[in-house]
Amino acid sequence: MNNNPQLNKNGELQHLLTTEGLPASILLNILDTAESFVGVTARDIKKVPLLRGKSIFNLFFEPSTRTRTTFEIAAKRLSADVVNLNIAASSQSKGETLLDTVNNLSAMHADMFVVRHSQSGAAHLIARHVRPEIHVINAGDGRHAHPTQALLDMFTIRRYKRNFRNLRVAIVGDILHSRVARSQIHALTTLGVPEVRIIAPKTLLPAKVERLGVHVYHDMAQGLKDVDVLLMLRLQNERMLGACLPSSEEYFKHYGLTQEKLALAKQDSIVLHPGPMNRGIEIDSAVADGKQSVILPQVTFGIAVRMAVMTILAGN
Amino acid sequence: MHLPDAEQLLADLAEKIRPDVTKNTVLVGIYTGGVWLAERLHQILGLTLPLGALDVSFYRDDFGQIGLHPQVKPSNIPFEVEGRHIILIDDVLYTGRTIRAATNELFDYGRPASIRLAALVDRGGRELPIAANYVGATIVLLEDKMLALEQSNNGKLSLSLYDKIPPG
Repeated sequence: MNNNPQLNKNGELQHLLTTEGLPASILLNILDTAESFVGVTARDIKKVPLLRGKSIFNLFFEPSTRTRTTFEIAAKRLSADVVNLNIAASSQSKGETLLDTVNNLSAMHADMFVVRHSQSGAAHLIARHVRPEIHVINAGDGRHAHPTQALLDMFTIRRYKRNFRNLRVAIVGDILHSRVARSQIHALTTLGVPEVRIIAPKTLLPAKVERLGVHVYHDMAQGLKDVDVLLMLRLQNERMLGACLPSSEEYFKHYGLTQEKLALAKQDSIVLHPGPMNRGIEIDSAVADGKQSVILPQVTFGIAVRMAVMTILAGN
Repeated sequence: MHLPDAEQLLADLAEKIRPDVTKNTVLVGIYTGGVWLAERLHQILGLTLPLGALDVSFYRDDFGQIGLHPQVKPSNIPFEVEGRHIILIDDVLYTGRTIRAATNELFDYGRPASIRLAALVDRGGRELPIAANYVGATIVLLEDKMLALEQSNNGKLSLSLYDKIPPG
């Protein structure tokens, strides 16, 4: 028996809630399976019949365009039926509880829920509650986790850098509010990246972040030296509440990724960003559109990775 | 039980295919054994068009029962399927379900002019109306046996017979 709520009694993935505590074998299986889906998404007919007849509900309690769209495309390319619920604008505003919403959708014979919620732990709550044949994917919960984003970042890193050993990876920006950063740190560590750095002002770092096994830098010049991979984070204005930073201009001056700062990293380093980008705040346009940027390939790979996750869950 | 020599069967199979080869013929191997055979046949028959490889995991009909195969390999069809004469290559033809899946997958790349099937061994036991156009050998086997093609380090092919592991 195991206590990981993501795994079934055979140790297989039942839900994908966080990258924390998942063995490298499961992460690598997702990445390997996604490799096969990349080919599918490049064909004329971009569909396979794997999830024909399955119903997947996108439950977005928080606004999102890109993540919801890529989940929707992934499900459709697997031939599943997809229902998008923008719940911020529906039942919840009429007072229905989260679990009542889920119960109602389960009664419509849902096979899978993709959940985005502003509260940390929302996807866990749903996963504990649903019948055993229903699978839950966390598409971002509060500050906690965003596992498919981290997995698509890992996929992108492996595509360009071949493997995870000998890599120096820097995560730059608003670590404090970032569920993406947490999921990235757990995935990078599990996959054997020997040096994970985080670069941020003190006000944007969670307390005792070193416990996750990362090296902390407050200065870009030091932190970016000899780095192979730069994982930029979006400055989460909507979570900032005004207190953490003097101004976005000040932030750009110290932590915005410009060509000059990027030149401190290795010459063949790659730049990732989960989107949506704040150009001129955390990243300069010259870098975002430059030749070291792999930001658009990330989006393409994100569909293949989500197809892999949905397929593996549905098959377990 | 005495099994035929896979290398001899491969040579025989190549000669059965040869009269039908045109400059519009392409070979597509099904992972894993079919890809080894297709590579060898491509060489023996001196074909110029590139070789295709299919992993039919995304088209299998048992996904609902057993889930995804643990080691999926990317399919690779490096040519236009439209209008081509395709010869599908598999090592052991049995229920026909793999061939059904491979045929469906090919059609998602385009509309071929024709698809033929070559199998190194036909062991009978068909569950679908599928037949091979070219067969190396026909061997009748009990249901609890598994026939597998293997490749040694020097590339030499051989056949081995196993007892199927009973479910559970």
